[in-house]
Amino acid sequence: MCIGLPCLVMARNGDVGTVEYSGNSREVNLALVPQAGPGDWVLVHAGLALQIIEESAALETRALLEELDADRG
Amino acid sequence: MKRVLLAHGDGGLYAAALLKTLFLRYFNSQELARLSDAALLPAVEGRLAVTTDSFVVQPVFFPGGDIGKLAVCGTVNDLTAAGARPLYLTASFILEEGLALDELEAVVASLSATAEACGVQVVAGDTKVVPRGQADKVYINTTGIGLADPRLVLGAERVTPGAAVILSGTAGDHGIAVLSCRDGISFRTPVKSDCAPLNRLLESVSPYYPAISWMRDPTRGGVGAVLNELAESGAADIVVEESLLPIRPEVKAASELLGLDPLYLANEGKMVIVVDENVAHNVCSALRAHPLGRDAEIIGRVEKGNGSVWLRTRLGGTRAVEMPAGLPLPRIC
Amino acid sequence: MQTAAELSFAQRLLTLIMKRVSGPLVIMEVCGTHTTAVSRYGLRPLLEPLRLLSGPGCPVCVTASGDLDRMIALAGSGAIVATFGDLLRVPGNGTSLEQAQAAGADVRVVYSPLDAVRIAAENRDRPVVFLGVGFETTAPGLALAVKQAERESLGNFYLYSCLKTVVPALQALLTGDAPGLDGLLLPGHVSSVIGRQAQDFVASVHGVPAAVTGFTESDILLGLAAVILMIEKGEPGVVNAYPRVVREAGNVTAQKLLSEVFAAADAEWRGLGSIPGSGLTLRPQFARHDAALHFDLPQPQPAQQAKEEPCRCGDVLRGAIIPPECALFAGRCTPLYPLGPCMVSSEGACAAYYRYERKKGAVPA
Repeated sequence: MCIGLPCLVMARNGDVGTVEYSGNSREVNLALVPQAGPGDWVLVHAGLALQIIEESAALETRALLEELDADRG
Repeated sequence: MKRVLLAHGDGGLYAAALLKTLFLRYFNSQELARLSDAALLPAVEGRLAVTTDSFVVQPVFFPGGDIGKLAVCGTVNDLTAAGARPLYLTASFILEEGLALDELEAVVASLSATAEACGVQVVAGDTKVVPRGQADKVYINTTGIGLADPRLVLGAERVTPGAAVILSGTAGDHGIAVLSCRDGISFRTPVKSDCAPLNRLLESVSPYYPAISWMRDPTRGGVGAVLNELAESGAADIVVEESLLPIRPEVKAASELLGLDPLYLANEGKMVIVVDENVAHNVCSALRAHPLGRDAEIIGRVEKGNGSVWLRTRLGGTRAVEMPAGLPLPRIC
Repeated sequence: MQTAAELSFAQRLLTLIMKRVSGPLVIMEVCGTHTTAVSRYGLRPLLEPLRLLSGPGCPVCVTASGDLDRMIALAGSGAIVATFGDLLRVPGNGTSLEQAQAAGADVRVVYSPLDAVRIAAENRDRPVVFLGVGFETTAPGLALAVKQAERESLGNFYLYSCLKTVVPALQALLTGDAPGLDGLLLPGHVSSVIGRQAQDFVASVHGVPAAVTGFTESDILLGLAAVILMIEKGEPGVVNAYPRVVREAGNVTAQKLLSEVFAAADAEWRGLGSIPGSGLTLRPQFARHDAALHFDLPQPQPAQQAKEEPCRCGDVLRGAIIPPECALFAGRCTPLYPLGPCMVSSEGACAAYYRYERKKGAVPA
């Protein structure tokens, strides 16, 4: 449906910014992520950043794994 | 700025001046200097290999190369893949009226330097000029003549199950380098085209020539297309290990950015080599000892089958690698 | 791209999932990018007997053939037509944008809709039409492009909107004659805009467990694990299995932008038919950029619908069949000669099956 990639914001000037993705960089529009600044990771789709990525917002993965690993009963 | 004029292609004084002040300055072949209608080449012992290719790359200058370098590499690599040592080239230019002479000179200089570096002589040439808009700056056709090496007997029918498939370096560099310059797609990438003549690289594995059964340079259509050609013509399956495929992280990332598969991106300085299993590691080490083969890997094996190419994914799944259909276009989905 | 640690995490998830799956559960991946990713990672055979079905989330595939015909007509009108690469080869009524380009149409492939605004600024004497397909992920970029054109007084910039929204489509899918779906993987990137909670109805109204899911190997397996656990417990919910990107309420700035520029309208989906309120059209204050109002475009012909019949893309998009169950698949319909959009779009279910799984029986051990 939509390719989106996690990119690192390198610079921001108003609504326009430069992001990096594993050594490649390009201009993207940051209008929809007003709080994003250099050092933030953003999700980019078709030249537009759609969301700030929060690695800390991890799913309760451990709980899910434990539940998955537990015997059914 | 001086430019190419229609008169440069008319065979008269302008054409002669262009030949003298530009082409002959860069190509110091005695055959060319005689300015006769055809080059007369010394007799050779053995079988001759002949190939021809036209080059229309856009843009003409790209990171890591230009159309002049490409025109030598493409033809030299075709001869090399056919098991021949490249000896001579012809170079035919179709120029667009209005092309800056400086740009033409840069292309010619690059073509000449590349030919010299890989030990190939340019022995014949031609120039035509078409009205502005009827071509995109410059097109080049090169024809290559080489001497077949009797130790290399190549053919899909010689490929047997168990043989190893070697890729001489990273996949997709040229494709990404060229795409990064296209209008409407532009992004900055440190990736440069891998454009390089491979005849010397292959000479470095000459002790193993008898063990090599098949070679192909994976240009347009990439490694994916070449492996399918082999599988189909050899009526065997090829199984590639995803984890062993050499792909630069930047190329992988740029491919993801554009929604492309690096397996289908063009290369201009890589060779796919099928070799007997028992010497595969030696061949790989010998390739790695050469600067153009540093990233060589055994990427997979030939297996019994009916002409399919498979990729074993990092998770242990298997998927088919099909022949690519259509040009690689950046996608959002 | 994934590190070795992420890969071994994915492997562990896969093992745990397969320990729990005994019957043929049917889970639909709504999003076409999931379809492609699942095939590319070689996941489908590894997950058997669990059955993954493709859904209607490929924007090119669900674009109605009448819309495709109008886009191709736009390309033939002398306008510069800008589009994503995805659309170029999709067959309309016997032709395609690629064919139109070969016949002289000025078609430009761009990466971002904002690139099309730049093309309009550089060619003020010519109309520039952006062919807008996509869902809520893509729509904000088009909204920004329209606003930018308005700001720069680029009266020559037009949008032909085939934009669609996912929630009405999900509703139509779940209330229609949908096959028995045990669970859904919900589109992670659409959800980055619309948020998790907007999709609560999938479980609360329709009783189908679902997980908002990302796109790496471990993301997809995590989404599947969450759905499988809900199925087991008989407690359907809508879990956010992609929380690093998806928030409860989504991106509110993007939602405001969308409602400022677009209004909901009925839209024709290939395979699903007309779905009320599932399309996005430009609001009246942006009417001067609306290509549908400014170009003389062919009207949809009901006869065309009949022509689509032999191609079963519609059934594929509804999850009624998987691609190999269509009689045309891999025979008359191949990526080189695609008869339907699911074969031509790179994320179309048929193309993904053809590319990655066609010769399933022959997969070497």
